[in-house]
Amino acid sequence: MTTTEPTPQREKSRPSSGTGTRGTRILGISTIVAMVWLVAFGLGFSPADRDQDEAVRILYVHVPTIWVAYISFVVTAVASGIYLFSKRKSLGWDRLAGASAEIGTVFVAVTLVVGALWGRLTWGVFWQWDARLTTTALLFVTYIGYLAVRRLDGTHEQRARRSAVIGLLAVLEIPLVHWSVRLWRSLHQEATVLDTDGNTDMDGLMLFSLFVGVIAFTLLYLWLVLHRTRTMAMADILEDRGLDQALADRRAESDEFDRRAGTAEGGAG
Amino acid sequence: MEDAGFIIGSYVLTFATVGLLAWRYVRVGRRLAEQVPDEDKYWI
Repeated sequence: MTTTEPTPQREKSRPSSGTGTRGTRILGISTIVAMVWLVAFGLGFSPADRDQDEAVRILYVHVPTIWVAYISFVVTAVASGIYLFSKRKSLGWDRLAGASAEIGTVFVAVTLVVGALWGRLTWGVFWQWDARLTTTALLFVTYIGYLAVRRLDGTHEQRARRSAVIGLLAVLEIPLVHWSVRLWRSLHQEATVLDTDGNTDMDGLMLFSLFVGVIAFTLLYLWLVLHRTRTMAMADILEDRGLDQALADRRAESDEFDRRAGTAEGGAG
Repeated sequence: MEDAGFIIGSYVLTFATVGLLAWRYVRVGRRLAEQVPDEDKYWI
C-alpha cells in the first residue's frame, strides 16, 4: 500500500510556511476577538453623543488608529536611536524602525480619511486647513519621505544610518500634532479622555468602547510589526545572497577572460 | 442610525485597509520563506 503523506525526513527538510509562530497566532486570534468587541460596542452597545449624535461612533476607530500611528513612530525613533548610538549596530533595530514606520504611515492615512468622514458629519466639510489636520497631513508626508529614503540605493548599513537620523527627527512632529489644538485656534476638539486637569469627561460605555478600540488596534500593531520585521529580515538575507551571487558570477567571468587571454597569448607565442 | 453610510463606511474602510496590509505581510512572508532556509529564520 502506498501513502502520499510526507515522511518525517521530508517534513523536516521543507522550509517553514512563513513568518507565523504560535505567539503570533495567539496574538492574531486575540486581535480578531478584540475587533469583534470593538464593532459590537462601537456600533451597537455604546450610546449616541449629546453633541455629536451618532457620529461619535467613528471616533472608536479614529482615535485608536492615530494612537497606533503615534506608538509606531515612537518605536521607530527609539529603535533608530538604539541603532545609531549602540556599538553593535544590529540591523534588527533598523528593521524594527522601518516596519513600525510603514505601519504607522498606513494608520495615519486611515486616520486622515476616517477623520474627513467624521468632519463631514460634525463640521459639514471633509477638510479644513485647520492646525490639527494640517500637522497630521504633514506627519504623513514626512513618513512617506522616511520610507522613500529607506528605498534609496546603498548597503543595509547606509540605509539604516540615513533612515535612523530621519526617524529621530520626524518623531518631533508628534508633540506638534498633539498640542496643535492648544497652540493654535483649531476646529478640532481638544483631548476628551484626559483633559488638562486629568479629568475624564465621558460616559462609561463610551469610554469602554474607546478603550476596547485602543487595545484591539495595539494588539493589531504588535501582530503586524512582528510579521513585517521577519519579512524584512528575509528580504535582507535574499538581497545579500543575490549580491554575493552576482559578485561570484563576475569573478568567474573575469577568471574565464584571464584564462582565455592567457591561452591566446600562449598560442601566439 | 443616522448617517449610517458615513459611520459604517469608516469601519469598513479601516478594517479593509488593515486587513489588506495584514494579508500582504502574510503573503510576502510565505513567498520569501520558501527561498530562505529555516536556520536563517530567527523566530523558529
